[in-house]
Amino acid sequence: MKKRLNFAPWIFLAPFLGIFAVFTVWPLIHSLFLAMQQTYGPGRVEWVGLHNFKFLLTDPLFWKATANTVKFALGSLFIQLPVALGLALLLNRPSLKGRAIFRLIFFAPSLVGLPFVAMLFAPIFEQRTGLLNVTLHKFISAWDPNFAWTQNYIMTALIIAALWMYAGFNMVYFLAALQNVSKDLIEAAEIDGASPWQRFYHVTIPGILPIAGFVTLLSVISSFQLFELSYIMLNDTSGPDNGGLTIVMYLYQTGFQTGDLGYASSIGWVLAIMLITIAMIQRRILKRHEEY
Amino acid sequence: MNSKRTAQSIVYLMLVVFATITLIPFAHMLAGAVKTKLDFAATLFLPAGDGFLGIGWDRITLENFYRLFFELEISRALLNSLFLSSVHAILTVLFCSMGGYALAKLNFKGRNFVTTLVLTALIIPGPLLLAPGFQLLYQLDLLNTYTGLLLPGLTPAFGVFLFRQAMINGVPNELLEAARIDGAGEARIFFELVLPLVRPMMGAFLMISFMGTWNNFIGPQIILQSPDLQPLSVALNNLKGIYGTDYALIMAGTLVSIAPVMCIFLLLQREFIAGLTGGAVKG
Repeated sequence: MKKRLNFAPWIFLAPFLGIFAVFTVWPLIHSLFLAMQQTYGPGRVEWVGLHNFKFLLTDPLFWKATANTVKFALGSLFIQLPVALGLALLLNRPSLKGRAIFRLIFFAPSLVGLPFVAMLFAPIFEQRTGLLNVTLHKFISAWDPNFAWTQNYIMTALIIAALWMYAGFNMVYFLAALQNVSKDLIEAAEIDGASPWQRFYHVTIPGILPIAGFVTLLSVISSFQLFELSYIMLNDTSGPDNGGLTIVMYLYQTGFQTGDLGYASSIGWVLAIMLITIAMIQRRILKRHEEY
Repeated sequence: MNSKRTAQSIVYLMLVVFATITLIPFAHMLAGAVKTKLDFAATLFLPAGDGFLGIGWDRITLENFYRLFFELEISRALLNSLFLSSVHAILTVLFCSMGGYALAKLNFKGRNFVTTLVLTALIIPGPLLLAPGFQLLYQLDLLNTYTGLLLPGLTPAFGVFLFRQAMINGVPNELLEAARIDGAGEARIFFELVLPLVRPMMGAFLMISFMGTWNNFIGPQIILQSPDLQPLSVALNNLKGIYGTDYALIMAGTLVSIAPVMCIFLLLQREFIAGLTGGAVKG
C-alpha cells in the first residue's frame, strides 16, 4: 500500500516530466550553445562565441524590430486595456438586461485566432476599396481614401486589429474582477457621500488591482511575441522599410528563411531577457501598490 | 429617478454602438464570402442592386466555397486542422490533469521541486524554443511529421498549473482518503473521482488547447513542409499568397476556418469562461 503510493505520483507526472525534459530543458540548454554559433540550416555549424550578441546590439534591423514591437505593446497597453475596463464597467451595472448577449458579442473576436484576424483585416485596411478608408472618407471628407495603412501605418493598423480581437477577452477578466469587489464597501462609500468618481478611484480600482496586474502582464508579454498578425497581413513580408518587422518575425526570418539558427537563438535569448525584466518590474510596481 | 433612466439609456446606447463595431468585421467577412471578386471591390457589404433593401440578391454566389472545396482542396486542410486540434486537446487535458493531480493531492518527496519547475516553465517564452526545438526535431527525424508538431506541446506547464489550482480546492481530501481505505487504486480514483470533480476546468482547457492548435501558425509553418499535411492557418495563408487580391475567396476561406471554433465555443461557453477566469480570481 505504502509502496504503491510513493510510486504513483511519478507515473502521473511522467508525461509532463518526460516531454518537459526532452522538448524544453534540453532545447533551452542547447540554445545557449546555439546562440554562440553561426549555422547554415540545421546541419552546418560554426562556433563564433559571443559575436552574435555583439552583432545584435548594433544590428539596425533588430532595433527596428524592437521599436516596432514596443510601439505595438504600448498601443495595446494604453488603448486596449482601458477599452476592456470600460466595457466591463458598462456590463457590470446591476440593473443591466441582456448582459449575456453583449458579453458574447464582445468576446467573440478572441475566438478568431491571430492568423485569421490578419486575413479578416487585410481587406479592411486596403487602399481605396477597404472598409476603413471608405468609411473614414465618408465621415471626414478630407480623409484620403488612398491612405495606405499597411504601408505607412502598419503598427497603427495592427493595434486596431488587436484591439478588436483582445478587448473583449480582457473584458472578461475585468468583469470577473469587478464582480469580486465588495458590494458592502461600495454601499458604505455611497452612504458616506462619496461621489461616483471617488467610489471608483478608492474602492473599485484597489479591488481589481491584482487581476488588472495579471491582465496587464499577460497582454504585454503576448504583445512582445507579435508575429502572425503582422506577417500574414503583410503577405509574408516585413512590409515597406520593415515597418511591420517585429522581434519574433526577425527571429523567424533569420532562423528559418536565412537559415541561421544560431543568430535566431541569440534573438530568442534577448527577447526572453526583455520579458523577464518586464515581469519583474511589473511585480515590483504591483507590490508597492498593495502596501497601501 | 429620471436621471437614472437617462444614465441607463446612455449605457445601452454605448453598448449597442460598441457591439455594432465589434460585429462589423464579421459582417464584412460574411458578406464578402458570398460576393464575386468584382463585387468585393465595388461594394463594402452585400452587392448593391435593385432587389429588396437595395441589395442585388441575384448576384450573391456560393462560387467561392465551391472553388475552395472542389478546386483548391481546402477540405484536406480542414480535416488536418480538426484532427490535429482534437488529438492535441484530448491528450493535453489528460496529461495536464494527471500532472496537476499529483502536485495538488499526492504527498511525495520532490513535490516542491516539481512545482517550482512548473512555475519556472511558465515564464519561458515560446519563441526562445523555436530555433533549438527545430534543430532537435531535425536530429530526431521528426520534421514534417504530426508527431514532431504535436509532441513538444502536449504538456504545457500552464495546463499543469491550472489543473493543480483547480484540484487543490475542488477535490476534498476526505473523499480521496475514503476511497483509498475502500481499496480503490490510484488510477481508478483519478478517473472516477477526481476528473468528474474538475469537469468545468476540463471543458475550459479542452477548448483552450483546441484553439491553440487550430490557430497555431508558426509551428506548422516551420515544421510541416508537405502541402497535404498543413492545417488551415498555413494552407489559407498560402492561398492568400497566390490569390492575394481575390479577397472574396479569402473571406470565404476565413469563414470556413473560424466557424468550427465558434460552434464548439457555443457548446462549451459556460464552462470556458468560468475556467478562464477561475484561476485568476482565486489566485
